[in-house]
Amino acid sequence: MADRSVFLLMASGQIETAEFPEFDDIFLKYSFVQGLDWMITSGIENGMTQISKKSRDQKQIFVYNFPLDITFKSTNPYGWPQLVIQAFGLDVFGNEVIRGYGTCHVPIVPGRHKLCLPMFVPESASLLQMFLSWIMSRRPEFIDPCVVAQGEGRDVTRVRSQGFVEVTFNILTKDLKKLGYDVLPSDVLNPAIPESVGVKSGDA
Amino acid sequence: MDEPPKPRPRRLSKHQLLGDESQAEQGLANPAVQMDGEKAYQTFSQTEGESSAAEIEEIGQAKSLVNDLKTRRRQRQKELSKLTTPKDDVSGELKTVKMKSKQKVEETTKEGLAEALAEAREAAEVKEETTTMPVETEDGTVPMPTEAEDGTIPMPDETTARTEEGTVETSRTEEEPSIPSLPVETPKEEPAEKPPESPPTSRGLSLRARMQSRLQKAKEKAETELREEAREERRLKDKRQSTLTRFDTEMSEIDIERLAEERRNKVKQRWLKMGMTVDMQDSGMPSIKMAHDFFTRHWGSEDEEEPAKPEVKPEKKPEETAEEEKPEGEKPEGEKPEGEETEPKEPEPAEGEAEQEEETTDDKQPLLGEKDEDELGFGMVVMKKPEFIDPKQQEELRKKLLFLPSSRPVPASEKIIGDVEPRYLEEEGFYVGVRPQIPARNQNKMEQRLIRQPDNKGRVWFGEDGKVVALPDPLRPSPSRPAVPDEPDPDLETVFKKAVVHEYDQRYIDGGIDGGGQYQLDVDINSLEFSHHHLFSREHVLAGKLFDLYEQYYIRRKKNMTEFLREKLQALKASKLHLEEHITNNKSEMSASDRQNYEKRLKDYKYEIKQTRIMRDREEDIDRTLLKNNIHTWKELKTQREEQAYTNTSLKLNITSEETNKVEDQVWWKNEIEEELCELREEFEEEFKHRLEIYNEQMVALEKQKEEKEEAKKKLKKARRGSQGSKSSKASKASKASKSSNDLSEVDRKALQDIIDAPDLRDPDPPEHFDENKVREELKKKALKIRRRPGEPILQLLLTSSAVVTPTNQCPRGEQQRRDNVSHTKLFVTVFFNHKQVCQTTLKPLSQDFTVNFGYIYNLKIVQWPESIKYEIHESHGLGSTLLTRLYAGIPEPSITAQNVQLDDFEFSSEHIVQFGHEAVGSGVPFSFKAAQSPIVILMTTGTLRSSVSWGVDDNGLPLIPPISNPTPSNIYHAMKLNDPVAAIGTSGVMNLERLAKWFEQARLDPNDPANADLVYLLGTKGGESQLGPRDFFRLEQLLEEFNMATDEELNENKRFRLIQMRDLEVPEFQNYKFIPPFEKEIARDAFVEYDKRQREKNMIKSDNIEVRHAAAKRNMQKVRETVMQYLRQEAHQKVFQDVVKEDTLPPFIDLISELLNMAEPKRPLKPVRKKLDPRPIIRGPHDPPPYILVNVIRAFDIPVRKSGLSEGAGGQTTRRETIPNIFDNTLVRPFVEAIFQETITSTSVIEGPNPSFNEELQLVLEAPANDYSCKSLQKITDSVYLNLFDEVIHNVGEDDGERRSTVHQRIERKWLGSLRIPFSTIYLNSKIDGIFRVNKPPILLGYTTKESATDTYLQLFITTQPPLKIPEPVKYKFPSNEKEKLLERAEIWQIEVETKYPKRQYMTTVVDMNCKTVFVSRYLKSLKPPEEILAGGPELVAWYVSLIPFVSDAFIFPGMSDIWSTCDQFIQLLAGDEEEHAVLLANYFMSMGKITWLVTGTAIPEGPTCYVMTKENEQEYTIWNAGTAESFSQRDSRCPLLSIGCLISHENIWANVHEADKPAKLDFDLSKTANWKPFFGKGYPSPGLSSIQPEALIYEPVDESSVLLLKETIEQALKNKIMDWRARFITRWNRHCTQIMRKILPSLEETCGKFPNAQYLQELETSFSQYKVSGFPLHMPFSNLENIIETLRATGVHAQDTSDIEFALAVYVKAYPSSILSVWVYVASLIRIR
Repeated sequence: MADRSVFLLMASGQIETAEFPEFDDIFLKYSFVQGLDWMITSGIENGMTQISKKSRDQKQIFVYNFPLDITFKSTNPYGWPQLVIQAFGLDVFGNEVIRGYGTCHVPIVPGRHKLCLPMFVPESASLLQMFLSWIMSRRPEFIDPCVVAQGEGRDVTRVRSQGFVEVTFNILTKDLKKLGYDVLPSDVLNPAIPESVGVKSGDA
Repeated sequence: MDEPPKPRPRRLSKHQLLGDESQAEQGLANPAVQMDGEKAYQTFSQTEGESSAAEIEEIGQAKSLVNDLKTRRRQRQKELSKLTTPKDDVSGELKTVKMKSKQKVEETTKEGLAEALAEAREAAEVKEETTTMPVETEDGTVPMPTEAEDGTIPMPDETTARTEEGTVETSRTEEEPSIPSLPVETPKEEPAEKPPESPPTSRGLSLRARMQSRLQKAKEKAETELREEAREERRLKDKRQSTLTRFDTEMSEIDIERLAEERRNKVKQRWLKMGMTVDMQDSGMPSIKMAHDFFTRHWGSEDEEEPAKPEVKPEKKPEETAEEEKPEGEKPEGEKPEGEETEPKEPEPAEGEAEQEEETTDDKQPLLGEKDEDELGFGMVVMKKPEFIDPKQQEELRKKLLFLPSSRPVPASEKIIGDVEPRYLEEEGFYVGVRPQIPARNQNKMEQRLIRQPDNKGRVWFGEDGKVVALPDPLRPSPSRPAVPDEPDPDLETVFKKAVVHEYDQRYIDGGIDGGGQYQLDVDINSLEFSHHHLFSREHVLAGKLFDLYEQYYIRRKKNMTEFLREKLQALKASKLHLEEHITNNKSEMSASDRQNYEKRLKDYKYEIKQTRIMRDREEDIDRTLLKNNIHTWKELKTQREEQAYTNTSLKLNITSEETNKVEDQVWWKNEIEEELCELREEFEEEFKHRLEIYNEQMVALEKQKEEKEEAKKKLKKARRGSQGSKSSKASKASKASKSSNDLSEVDRKALQDIIDAPDLRDPDPPEHFDENKVREELKKKALKIRRRPGEPILQLLLTSSAVVTPTNQCPRGEQQRRDNVSHTKLFVTVFFNHKQVCQTTLKPLSQDFTVNFGYIYNLKIVQWPESIKYEIHESHGLGSTLLTRLYAGIPEPSITAQNVQLDDFEFSSEHIVQFGHEAVGSGVPFSFKAAQSPIVILMTTGTLRSSVSWGVDDNGLPLIPPISNPTPSNIYHAMKLNDPVAAIGTSGVMNLERLAKWFEQARLDPNDPANADLVYLLGTKGGESQLGPRDFFRLEQLLEEFNMATDEELNENKRFRLIQMRDLEVPEFQNYKFIPPFEKEIARDAFVEYDKRQREKNMIKSDNIEVRHAAAKRNMQKVRETVMQYLRQEAHQKVFQDVVKEDTLPPFIDLISELLNMAEPKRPLKPVRKKLDPRPIIRGPHDPPPYILVNVIRAFDIPVRKSGLSEGAGGQTTRRETIPNIFDNTLVRPFVEAIFQETITSTSVIEGPNPSFNEELQLVLEAPANDYSCKSLQKITDSVYLNLFDEVIHNVGEDDGERRSTVHQRIERKWLGSLRIPFSTIYLNSKIDGIFRVNKPPILLGYTTKESATDTYLQLFITTQPPLKIPEPVKYKFPSNEKEKLLERAEIWQIEVETKYPKRQYMTTVVDMNCKTVFVSRYLKSLKPPEEILAGGPELVAWYVSLIPFVSDAFIFPGMSDIWSTCDQFIQLLAGDEEEHAVLLANYFMSMGKITWLVTGTAIPEGPTCYVMTKENEQEYTIWNAGTAESFSQRDSRCPLLSIGCLISHENIWANVHEADKPAKLDFDLSKTANWKPFFGKGYPSPGLSSIQPEALIYEPVDESSVLLLKETIEQALKNKIMDWRARFITRWNRHCTQIMRKILPSLEETCGKFPNAQYLQELETSFSQYKVSGFPLHMPFSNLENIIETLRATGVHAQDTSDIEFALAVYVKAYPSSILSVWVYVASLIRIR
């Protein structure tokens, strides 16, 4: 299996800032979610930032500048890695509550990308529960935070938007084109067609 | 803070006292401090001028000191605790603080002592080196030795100081941050250069004041005590104090030393002054005074730790009086100045010294930290468990990370490399530029930063003069940012450009709003006229009516149709006459054809005349009615006017009458009538003639019929007569007639009869003659109605508007109001182009005659294609306006331009309903005229708008019309049109194909025209060519084909796609397949082998071979499993809110209230109640150790004992044992338990005796497949925990007696005594298993015997997993059901009812069957017949038979699903099932045997929740059967593994156990007692008579004996091979003789169902192998597959005899029961020849 064709995706970057207009004392947890054909070859899959207070200026942003650095190995773009971010903060009673979930795909095009992740939280099932959850500081949370990275089960939820997280990525790919995936404009002009992909040679 | 000063300091001191400082005072140094202290001491002594060599000595001293300190500290603490607790009037809070700090002190001291020692030593070394060669760095541990030497680094000091404090202080932490930044520091920093200044800020002051007061007290007290203390102790203390201070003074070493000396002297003096007796014997050591100095001086911002010092309070108390305390307490104010002024320099030396020493020590902390990081932090990434970081530690860590540059100047010595004096270039005459002004603070900060850079990198920034290197003039002469000129560059000015829309828009004529074309529509709104308006008065209504009528009249008169027709009639008449004349004259000459022609013409004329006359008459009638109506309405109008006494309208009808000659008229009248009459007569006569002819014909026919009838009658008569008399002589006479009659007789008689019977023709009515008079009357009547009577004047009408309208002031009030309203009413019209308002007329008043003249022409310049032009007519009264109506004007044809347009009348009506109180009639409301009883009328506002729309014309007379052609279709659509015929014909977007088809039909398009081919195709052909209809399909994506890159076959053949598909479908083999390769060629060739094999097997034909049969059963099960899994998969992917979002469920209302009340309770109650934790999944990191199964083997009972041990005589060993004392042989048995799970094998130690108490915990590693410890994956584990009970036998091997004396050579053998198998699923699902288990013991155990009383061996076990695993939640899937809704509902209610009462009992009403349907449980019970041969064997054999069906846990078959019940036929088919399947089958068999049987649900050991069978033997005797093992117990048997009974289920009812007790022995099984047994079907809910889902009868396949034999051979061979494999190192011999005997024994075992067989065989065995030591046992198991048997055999460890000197015997017996249920016996034995 050593000679197996794989491509590598290296993503480094930062969780730079966040914007949660109504809240303070926010920290983030991030994790990467990827498909079955993906493997992390180096880097840290999940982590937690420091608690940040919002800036005292007009912008009122939370600054994290939390580094991300991860390298994936894959054979198949299916299940392209996604960054899932959870935000937590303190509520009025000083309890830690969820402040947002957000997700984005790791960009597929090499280069520098700045992404803005909208953050949202699931809503309570009823008004009374909402009140209770507020009182008891037990807001509804996703059982599996990775649910935001997939479509299944989302139809049953209602969410409210909370803010934004800005992430920058520097993407490097290796051998992606070798496997016949063209992601750059220049690639599209001169597409790479590996021998064993698509129509058999005899048919062509 | 607001407290008076006194209590506050006390409080502070209180816990400082408890903190390290107090110990410092007393010599009980806090370890951290201590360490510092020691180092400080060393450096201190050095600065005192002692040689550095002395330090080594002192290290030794320090060591001893540390020890000393420890002991002292303990003493102190004891004292402290004694002292502090009582007496004090401090609040309770303080106490708690004390307690805490005490704890901390303890902790820190313990930790610190060791460290202190090590560090002290290190520090000493460092010191040594630094003094001699200050620049050199030391081996990495001390990266900044020079700094350490030269001066102080503020940061680490501060941080350490703070951390120290942090450990002790909790209450003061808030104050800390502010303190270091206080400006108070400055005086101390540069004492040599500047005099002390800058008094502390007020805050610092007050704090300080308080502290000082404390300090003062402390000082005094401490002093007295200190005197008693040992010298070393003091020394240490001093050192401590000095370490605790840290200052950023910049001083050269020499300076420091010098200063220190001075200070010390001063201090001494001051102390003396103060009258304190301080012993200062040792000049080299800082004395107590020094120590107190420390307190007395003024501590600026850095006094955080000083307050920590003043302690001693508790000690003071016992010693000093309250009076003493008081003055001291008052001191602060007085002392403060003193502290500041008198001793500003005093602390310096101490500080100076301290600085140096601290550096060395303090530097070490971060350094060590860095070292750690190098090893751990920066190398590989280490995954660790999340650790809890003590906040204290965290604080420290954070301090390590943070660096606050101080704004103090960096000492010059630090900045210059080497020992060089700073060189001032300026002094040497070099040019030194003037540096720009920079605040010294900033500069200092920068210097601090630079100097702090690691590896002295920052040092290069400093020049020789100690300043930051800079250009002579670092400022650039010109600013780098160019000036922005005030006036903007004209080239850069912005130009305004209008915003434009560029994109193509079909709505625009030129494709865009700025297309450039000029197109104009002229809208002319001319006037508005109301035919009815709500402000009409009645008169108006009438006038309107009159006007209409007159209009009609006028038009008619203009046309004068009557006159025209009259003339035409005249002309016709004349021509007719002429023609008639012509005909009569030329009759003879005319040919027939001519005549006919003329006749026809005449006829035509006549017809024409008739028609014309009718028309004339009609016209005359209309004219006359119109005239009448006109006059009538006018009359009405007149009466109306008269009645209301005023005139509103100017209408006036003038009637002019024209006299006529009556005689003339009468003649004309008469003529007219006569003429008409004549014509009518003529006409009539003609018709009469025709009728007469018909009449005559009919008459003739009638006559004829009559005659015929007569004749027929005669004939008939004749015939009758003839037939009667023909037989006689008249033959000749009537021969012919008779013959004929006779001939006719049959056929014609009937015809004749018909003629006779035919109905008589009606007598035709003779045509009437012309009744002249009657006709004339009629004509007269008509004429009277429609024609002017003779002599009546001809009336001419003329409508004029000459009537005088009554002036308003003469009208009654109502009318005045109305007119007022009218004059106030204004109207306006708005014009909408494409639904956008483009213009609006001005308000125009409504005239009294209800017309409005607008006269506006609007020129609309348009850019969009006109779609609609709409008018809206609004009426406004004062402020508001109401919309009367909307009108749509058509888009003008291109030919209509402003030049040729004509005004159009647009009629409108409004549905606006208005009602008035005054004269106006309103609109949409009923009203009647006052005059006659005229009918009620409802009139709506109506009117006409005169307007026109036309295309504009420009100045040159060219019409401004957009291009007529449709907007050119853009290329984008072109391609699409090729595919979309509808678009191709220019009607893209036609949605309704039906309508299109209809249109197609209507338009009569030629379907054969190639131009229409597309359309024809689109509409398709439905039932033939003629019928066109839309096709049945819907084209979602027409271009789909284009994107098919490969054909479907290619896709299916592609391995990679197949793999991806399979994975997506979650096919087990591929479910979590990782790394599907990108290329097909890289896919492993065998990727599909397994899957394909499985697929092939699925479809394999049944075979007679038993093994194959079992394999088939397995496949069957696989199939069922797949379908169930498929279903579950579907279910699993349908999520509900609770699956996705974690939220507290809504508690019931009562709970809610209590919950809210709870909030008021204290958050941390004094007696906390244990909270139940949510069972949350244990999240396992990838590097967590795998979980364990913990098997706690507590004890064993009734282990069989060696026969040799019991009876001395048995075996040949006896003699030997007597000769050689062997303690091992004396024992009865030496058992131990070996646990096997997966790969791990562990065993307990050996305990002697048949009832050993092991009490040992065995750990078995649990390895989940693919390291996935999720529920789903854990459920798939099929492994079992095997607990084997062995007897350890030790043989002496030493052959030679002589040798035996000197050496012991033993061989350890273990003899298998029994085993216990507990499936992992049982452990997993029950989370723990606790109880006494019966060990499966072979029925015969050669060489062992048991006590008669106890035949069974038991093990007491406790099994659980560590850490606890997450148990799958019970299935909450709602399965569909075929049961009635009502039954399900009842079941649910019933179950909840009993479960709430006894939550731990197993109740069951519905279960899930193989088809994933919910089924009522009693449907499973039905009497089913076992096979005949089994039936003969009695219940025991039946149970035996059932138990032979292999056991497979449902959890394994259906992971994620706790229980699925299969029916008995499915069970036998699958040959696998768990407890309930066994139990159901057994119960059904028992029922067929006539037993009263119940299925029992409950909890048993070790199965957990399970099903048993209970039969009623007699009134009081019940038997409980374990269907899985075929064991039966009496209900009172204490050994019964069934511990609790939940419910009893029979085929017709369910009884829930509602006894208090649930042990079977304690239950009363009288089911009629509802207090004990709650029935499901009772009086309230009678049984609906449920049918069973079981089959009518079970079909058993007969056994094929030959294949059984074959199987037996196979097993035996396989086992033998295996044993040989296992002991590959040794020779394995087989003893045939023994095997033969064993073969004989096995069938007898089977016959007795595993009971102890006839002893005869055993004896035989024993006797024939008397020279062998035989140990062996038979194993019994149901056959599922070969692997299981091998596994079981291996578990016994028979093969594990590490010697070649052994023989084996192995016999296999397979007994086949119907339906391939096999019982397998394996007898295995090892034989050792006794020598």
